[in-house]
Order: sequence, then structure tokens, then C-alpha cells
Amino acid sequence: MRRWLTEGFVLIIAAVVAFPLFWMVLSAFKPEDEIISADPVPWTTRPTLDSFTRALTVANFGRYFMNSIIVALIVVALSILISFLAATALTRFRFRSRTTLLIMLLVVQMVPVEALTVPLFFLMRSVGDSVPVFGLNHLGSLVLVHLAFSLPFAIWMLRGFVAAVPVELEEAATLDGASRFRFLWQVLFPLVAPGLVATSVLSFIHAWNDFLFAKTFIISAVENQTLPLALQVFVKPDQNDWGAIMAGSTLMTIPVLIFFVLVQRRLVSGLAGAVKG
Amino acid sequence: MTAKGQGRTAFAYLAPALLVLGGLLAYPIYQLVLISLYDYGQEQVSGGAPLEFLGLGNYRNLLGDRQFWGVLGQTVAFAAVCVVGTLLVGAFLAILATRVRTWVRMTLFLAALGAWSTPAVAGSTIWLFLFDANFGFVNEVLGIQGFSWTFDKWTAFGLVAAQVIWCSFPFVMVTLYAGIKAIPGEVLEAAALDGASAFRTAWSVMLPLLRPIILVVTIQSIIWDFKVFTQIYVMTNGGGIAGRNLVLNVYAYQQAFAASEYGLGAAIGVVMTVLLLGITMFYLRALRRSGEVL
Repeated sequence: MRRWLTEGFVLIIAAVVAFPLFWMVLSAFKPEDEIISADPVPWTTRPTLDSFTRALTVANFGRYFMNSIIVALIVVALSILISFLAATALTRFRFRSRTTLLIMLLVVQMVPVEALTVPLFFLMRSVGDSVPVFGLNHLGSLVLVHLAFSLPFAIWMLRGFVAAVPVELEEAATLDGASRFRFLWQVLFPLVAPGLVATSVLSFIHAWNDFLFAKTFIISAVENQTLPLALQVFVKPDQNDWGAIMAGSTLMTIPVLIFFVLVQRRLVSGLAGAVKG
Repeated sequence: MTAKGQGRTAFAYLAPALLVLGGLLAYPIYQLVLISLYDYGQEQVSGGAPLEFLGLGNYRNLLGDRQFWGVLGQTVAFAAVCVVGTLLVGAFLAILATRVRTWVRMTLFLAALGAWSTPAVAGSTIWLFLFDANFGFVNEVLGIQGFSWTFDKWTAFGLVAAQVIWCSFPFVMVTLYAGIKAIPGEVLEAAALDGASAFRTAWSVMLPLLRPIILVVTIQSIIWDFKVFTQIYVMTNGGGIAGRNLVLNVYAYQQAFAASEYGLGAAIGVVMTVLLLGITMFYLRALRRSGEVL
């Protein structure tokens, strides 16, 4: 009897927690008159794709969706390459200043990146003078900062995965005549793939969710906005097209949701590995 | 390979990372401190006026400004409410999760995973819509249509805090649940055999064992909730009417990019960094004391 009560209570909590997401998807499919009705109901008998159409055409969400995807994917790709090389160097080689570098990697993760908006804004402004693609109002500037923000954690985390690969394997590969390059990309890289998945998901989500830097860097180039910024632009007091906004929110949330559900197990074990180092 | 050769290869591998981190993290941190020492406004940026070195002038202005102290107090109080709320909800649900059947637990975790993964902007927008004065479902249920949650300072803060707790309790819940599950069954059986009550077992056996994990999630939550930007910015439309819902991060942003007081904005950034580094140091010391090796 008591267990039934507890379970009922837990299910109610689960419903409350999930309710905002349910409401988002529901509102995205509701016809407009039901959304701006004074008596909203938690169901609809006339589901429609109108809101999605409006979001994608009027608000040009497709474009912003692509921008967000481009930034996040480039960040992930570069972050994999760079952090894999760095993690290998930090675990497989002994050299002076190795410990110093490791400590700096830790400390740098503690700096609140939000505080760096001012210097990064001016840095991107001057970068833009010589290389416009990486300057203000261009997606390149977002790629650069998110790459920098995701690297310390990615390197730190991959270290454990690289260290777990036995050194004998490298010796065996060398004996079999594999070059250092081949060993790196054909033996070591596949072996640390689980670690790469976990770090990539985190890098992707950080870049995908970022609002502050997109808002600071993409000032006037409307065509280079990313999803979070676009969504915020359409939230105007008193004249919100809530249907389109909820459709946009749905489009923005679904990829992350799928990602999260697919890799959650790996993510948790990967994180545990990183914490234990 | 010789030691020298090792070093050379290692630095070749490290070069891209060092380049990115040096240029886009280390250098901006240095620049942040530097800018905070200057009078750096719109005229200086456009080259219309010469740069004036203020030394600690920006900091003196800041410490003498009543609004700054107000915002700092609000930030601490807001973060405290979010942290306590997140921990209570997370811990409570983690304990409940150990007492229900698997499918019920999976349902709860799936819902939590959804809240966890919702992007901050989308989450804030959804909550705004749910609590909308005229078309919101919450007002319809409560029968208070026309009531604006975001107008009053305290209901606005409360709404944002609720949203922050909604998207951050899953981390605490999942971590604590894993911690509880990792406690060996024999320990709990021994306690039961010795005649300990459920409360006594939780307080004297489980709590000490969970302390390191509780410490980690607490400090992690403090760091996150102290830095909240998106939720406040989106839900109170940039810090509320006349800036009464400002927190430090949004305040720094507004000073720098809305008021073009880049020097002052940078100084607030430095203050925030120092505060967070202080918390982090405390965190690391506490971790070491609890026997964790780095």
C-alpha cells in the first residue's frame, strides 16, 4: 500500500516535470485560435503544422537552424582533433612543464567564461579587420570561442581514456612496422572513441545552447544569427506569436533531447571516468 | 625516443591546443584585467578620445555604487535559493527513486532528462508562455487571468528560480541516486541488524558515505547558479523593469554593451571571476580533505 502511494506520487512528479515540454510540443501543433484563447486546454482536436510553417518561412527558422548546426558541428570536429592530439601528448610523453600544463588546464575550467565577453568582443573585432570570417557578425567568431571553451574539459576528460590504452599496444604496433601516424589514427583513435562521444556531446550542447556570445558577437548580421538568439528576438512583449515560438522551441530542443537520450549512459560513465581521472 | 625528441613531438601535438587556449582564453583573461583598469567607453572605442588609465578607479566607483551592492546581494540570494531548492528537490527525488519499481523510476528519469537537456533559451520561453498573463495555462488553472508574474520583482525572481531549479535538479538527482546505489548492501544490512531505524540509517550511515558526492553537487550548483545569465535575461527581458531583477552577469553585460561602459563591465567581470575562483579553491580544499585524489 505504501509503495503504491510512493509510486503514484513519483509518477505525478514526473508528469509535472515533463509538463513544460509537453505543453511546448502541444502548443506547436495547436491551431492559432486555440493558442490565443483565454481558456487554454491541455489537448487539441485539430492538430496542424501551421506554426511550424510560420516559424520556418516568416521567422526564417530554417536558416538559423542551419547556422546553429554548422557552428556546433565545426566546433565538435575541431575539438575532437585538437583535444585528441593534446591528450595523447599529455599522457604518452614525459616532458618538463607537463604538470604545469595540467594544472593550468584545471584552473582555466574554473574561469567563468561569461566574464570574458568584453575582451573577446574586442578581440573578435580586431580579428575581423584582417580575417572577416572569424570577426564579429560571422559564424566563425562563435566557432572560435566555443572551441576554446570546450577544449580544456575535453582534453582533461580524454586523458583518462588515452591512459587506459596499454602502452604494450603501441610497442606491438611499432614492431609490426606501423608508423607513429598510423598508430595514432588507426589504433589509438578508435580505442578512445567512447571518450570522444561523451566530450563531443558536451561540446555540441554548449555551442548549440549558447545565447550570450551569439548575442554579443552577431550584432547586425541577421542572416548569421543562431537559434537561441532568433528565438529571443521573436519574444516581444504583448505581440508574441506563441505558436511559432513554441514550434521554434520544439525544433531547437528535439535534436538535443535525442542526443541526450541516445548517449546518456555513455555520458554518465564517461563523466565518472573524467572525475576519477 | 630520446627525451628531447619526446618533448619536441609532444609540443607538436600540443601546438593547436596551446594556440587556441592561449589566444582565446589566456589572452582575453589578461585583457579583461587590463580593460578594467581603463576608462573605456564609446568614445575610446571609436578612437574619438584618448585612453585614460584609471588604475583601480572603476573598482572604486563600483564599490561606492549602491546599485552594485544591491545587485551583488540579489545575486547571492538568488543563487542561494536556486542551490537550496535544487539540492532539496534533487535529494528528495533521488531517495524516492530508490523505493519504486524500475519502470516508475525510468519514467521519472526520462522526464528529468527532458528538463535537463532543454536549451536554456527554449526552457525560459516555454515557462514564460506557461505563466503568460493572458494565455498561460497556469493562470487558467489558478483562475487568476491577467495576473503578470514577471511584473512584480519577487514573483519574477521566483519564476526564474523555479525554472532554474527545474532544469538543474536532474543533475543532482541522478548523481545522488548513483551514489546511494553505490553504497554496499552489507553496510545497510548491518545497520538494520543492529536495530537502526530508517531515519538513523539515513542520517548516521548513508549521509557520511555520501558526503563527498553531496559536496561536489553543492559546489557545482553554486558555481552554476551564481552565473545564471540566459534565464534572467530572457524571462525578465534584460533584467526587469528599471533593472530590478539584475544579477551580476546580466549587470556586467548591460554596463558593457548597453551603457558602453566597457571598463566598468570588465571590472564586474573581474569581481565575479575572483568570487568564483574563491569558491573553487574552497571546493578543491574540501575535496582534498574528504580524501579525494586529483
